Amino acid sequence: MFISDDALKRNFAEVKPGLRPKQAFEEAHRCLYCYDAPCIKACPTGINIPSFIKRIANKNMLGSARTILEANPMGASCARVCPTEELCEGACVLNDSSKPILIGDLQRFATDWAIRNNQQLFASGERNGRSVAIVGGGPAGLSAARELARFGFAVTVFEAKAHAGGLNTYGIVSFRLPKEIALWEVEQVRKLGVDIRTNTVVGRDVTASELLESHDVVVLAAGMSKVPMMGIPGEELEGVYDAIELVEKTKVSLSGELSGRRVVVVGAGNTAIDAATCSVRMGAEHVEICYRRSKQEMTAYEFEYEFAKSDGVAFRWLTAPVRIIGDEHGRVKAIECVRMKLEQAESGRRARPVPIPGSEFTIEADAVIKAIGQTRHVSLVDQFQLAHTRGVVTIDQETYRTSNPNVYAAGDVIFGEGQGDAMVVSAVQQGKLAAFAIYKQLVLDAGDVDRQT
Amino acid sequence: MADLRINLAGIQSPNPFWLASAPPTNTGYQVQRAFEAGWGGAVWKTLGDPIINTSSRFAAVHFNGQRVAGFNNIELITDRPLDVNLKEIYETKKRFPNHALVVSLMVEPKRDKWHEIVKKVEAVGVDGLELNFGCPHGMAERGMGSASGQQPDLVERQTYWVKEAARTPVIVKLTPNITDITATAIAAANGCADAISLINTINSLAGVDLDSWNTIPHVAGRGSHGGYCGPAVKPIALNMVAECARNPEVGIPISGIGGISDWKDAVEFMLMGAAGVQVCTAVMHHGFRIVEEMIDGLSNYLDSKGIERVSDLTGRAVPRYTDWGNLDLNYAVAARIHTDTCINCNKCYIACEDTAHQCIERIEDSGASYLKVREEDCVGCNLCAIVCPVEGAIEMVDLPSTGVPMSWNERQAALAKLNMKGA
Ligand SMILES: Cc1cc2nc3c(=O)[nH]c(=O)nc-3n(C[C@H](O)[C@H](O)[C@H](O)COP(=O)(O)OP(=O)(O)OC[C@H]3O[C@@H](n4cnc5c(N)ncnc54)[C@H](O)[C@@H]3O)c2cc1C
Ligand SMILES: Cc1cc2nc3c(=O)[nH]c(=O)nc-3n(C[C@H](O)[C@H](O)[C@H](O)COP(=O)(O)O)c2cc1C
Ligand code: SF4
Ligand code: SF4
Ligand code: SF4
Repeated sequence: MFISDDALKRNFAEVKPGLRPKQAFEEAHRCLYCYDAPCIKACPTGINIPSFIKRIANKNMLGSARTILEANPMGASCARVCPTEELCEGACVLNDSSKPILIGDLQRFATDWAIRNNQQLFASGERNGRSVAIVGGGPAGLSAARELARFGFAVTVFEAKAHAGGLNTYGIVSFRLPKEIALWEVEQVRKLGVDIRTNTVVGRDVTASELLESHDVVVLAAGMSKVPMMGIPGEELEGVYDAIELVEKTKVSLSGELSGRRVVVVGAGNTAIDAATCSVRMGAEHVEICYRRSKQEMTAYEFEYEFAKSDGVAFRWLTAPVRIIGDEHGRVKAIECVRMKLEQAESGRRARPVPIPGSEFTIEADAVIKAIGQTRHVSLVDQFQLAHTRGVVTIDQETYRTSNPNVYAAGDVIFGEGQGDAMVVSAVQQGKLAAFAIYKQLVLDAGDVDRQT
Repeated sequence: MADLRINLAGIQSPNPFWLASAPPTNTGYQVQRAFEAGWGGAVWKTLGDPIINTSSRFAAVHFNGQRVAGFNNIELITDRPLDVNLKEIYETKKRFPNHALVVSLMVEPKRDKWHEIVKKVEAVGVDGLELNFGCPHGMAERGMGSASGQQPDLVERQTYWVKEAARTPVIVKLTPNITDITATAIAAANGCADAISLINTINSLAGVDLDSWNTIPHVAGRGSHGGYCGPAVKPIALNMVAECARNPEVGIPISGIGGISDWKDAVEFMLMGAAGVQVCTAVMHHGFRIVEEMIDGLSNYLDSKGIERVSDLTGRAVPRYTDWGNLDLNYAVAARIHTDTCINCNKCYIACEDTAHQCIERIEDSGASYLKVREEDCVGCNLCAIVCPVEGAIEMVDLPSTGVPMSWNERQAALAKLNMKGA
């Protein structure tokens, strides 16, 4: 099976077109400019939504973009990847009386303008003599870096990958978030004088203690790691993919690797949806998602589910993998699954899926994609000797300070164990809040700053 | 179906919707198309001398994404020779004998000039004449249009000259660019006008281009004041119509003009004293076909109210229009917010808090928040209800009256009586 480069390019081009100017102005005029607007409160970064929309309406695009990016350094990415129905748009007062304002699309309209017009919107602050090392150049790290630079800190970001941006650059499928957008945001941060050292793995190329010694504080924003093992036979076979690695591949360079293949995706979260739609766009012949619970328990958003359906992805509920079957060359040829049923758990907990004995069946497949969550950077966290619960770094909820007073943490490293959301926008906000707490600790509360050091 | 025919100072028309004298009535072709589309009458684009115009000449004021909230022009009167116009007027009247065909005129303030043009125009068979004392630009600098229209004595004298020669009804079209519209309205009546029409356009500057710093519109980089019309001028026009209608010294029929865009506007003008209406901007915005919606809406409205003849509307609301001194000072309303339809945009809250009387409270009640008006502090200014985007979410309710109705004038009279007694 062959899929042309052109077809691939088309498949991975951003699906949703931006608003046309007339649409944007009409939509902007529809916003009521609410006072103490609920949309602002529903945005984790607290963007002054009525204000940025009003500025679009009166053709102050620079002011609009600045209003957005002031509150949210990753405002261009967020305009594309935020679950707006759940956040800002879900809170818009027009929900019941007409239709909520297309806040995400307007945000994209304004930030696209800034990108197109190559605007430098922010400047770094006067140096305050303090330095911060940031581990991880994802949304959390970059957001902290930008704010810290504006507060006058000397900031160095250590990033394992060739480019910063974290999952925005490597993990969120191109047809929702083109890499260029994430990289523009990285550039904005770099232009504030932030030293972004890519291809540098903390824990390997530079140690935790080195960072702690050479900087006043460290922000740990390393995100999460690979997809875990499923713990079933056959995971080592050729044709078994880690969903995040698969998406990353497509963001680095497009290939028709899966063209003509029959793909089974295990899991039904956001990542599973991305892996499934990605497979379709790589030319897979048939893609289905297996999930051990039912549709109600699926963690993917409704719009993601609809999107996958419209891409032709099939869903099998109450189905769990038992083993992956290989052929004589060590390549995946099928996956054996078992049907599940939901058992009512003790009150408050999710219903527990249990296998129905004897219901095993086999699905022929050339590729199996694991999308059952992400593991933690436990060893990195241990290197910094931080308190954590199963890899989820413990923090003070207000200051984002960890058990080490000189280490702060933000983003996916602190997500889990009932704490926070794994969303770009929350990672950004946490980075911002951590930066402010650092500024408060090192500058505001420290009184006079020695500018020589 | 109600009877839509009107009779304005003897001029009959099948419905009250006329085209005002302006670009839509520039040629026979246009007026005939308009009559076919359903317009009941037309006032032909002003005839006179000389034939001059500028390029460009129109501009519009768009507001919050809404196009043509106001319209502005620096156009002059007809750009076509008199005999061409007369020939087309003749043909049009012959084709449409039952439609009202009025011709607008403007000449220098000279008796013979007026006599000459009146005779020529009436000779082709028109239903009436309208004297343009309103055009605010260009002609005014040569003593015509609003230059005449701003001087009651000139209005009276010229009207009289026209009446000397005219055999058809004469309507005097008034300029709003004057302190007291009734002064010129009375002058027209004194000059024996059969009716007045108002308003013509208001002095205006539509805008300035932010990049070139040219006025909008501009002619080779320079601009001058133009005439304003369209929806934005309706309240001004309506007030002027009402002022004339309630003034017994005026006492002649009124043709209402200014910002009329739909049947509802027309009804308002008629209730406030107009016998019929004239429309320009709405037609320039949407074309002649807009009259279909006007006729249909008006007709349904009349039926729903059980009114048989549209002419019965004329002046019905005039007695309600009075001087401030006659308003009941003891009447009071207060705002009441209906929490079931309120969408919590808080626009009323901030409007009252920042710019009225700080009497809307935001109440948090077990998670839910809602708004409540402290009625005792509410002055009943209406602001909150005005800014509320949800119709009906804020109701202005009558408060129990605290005393017998009493106006300023009554109060002064009562005080005077008391003083007399005391003296
Ligand atoms: C497939 C997928 C789809 C998603 N889709 C959405 C979505 O649509 N909307 C949404 O809001 N959220 C989405 N998310 C979640 C979102 O991407 C994350 O919550 C967010 O990126 C977290 O930001 P972060 O900065 O904490 O971590 P990351 O974005 O993971 O960034 C961490 C960075 O740290 C670097 N790093 C890690 N270890 C080291 C080290 N030892 N040394 C140096 N650098 C290191 C990594 O290379 C990476 O660049 C998605 C996540 C996935 C996996
Ligand atoms: C471009 C333009 C040209 C006009 N020309 C004349 C005219 O020649 N004679 C006249 O009496 N009024 C003229 N008017 C004024 C209109 O007849 C009318 O009084 C005014 O536009 C208000 O009505 P409206 O709000 O419906 O447009 C003109 C208006 C416009 C917009
Ligand atoms: S809630 Fe909706 S209408 Fe109100 S300011 Fe926000 S986006 Fe605009
Ligand atoms: S009517 Fe005026 S004073 Fe009363 S609540 Fe509304 S805005 Fe406030
Ligand atoms: S303006 Fe209207 S809708 Fe908005 S909060 Fe007030 S009452 Fe509710």
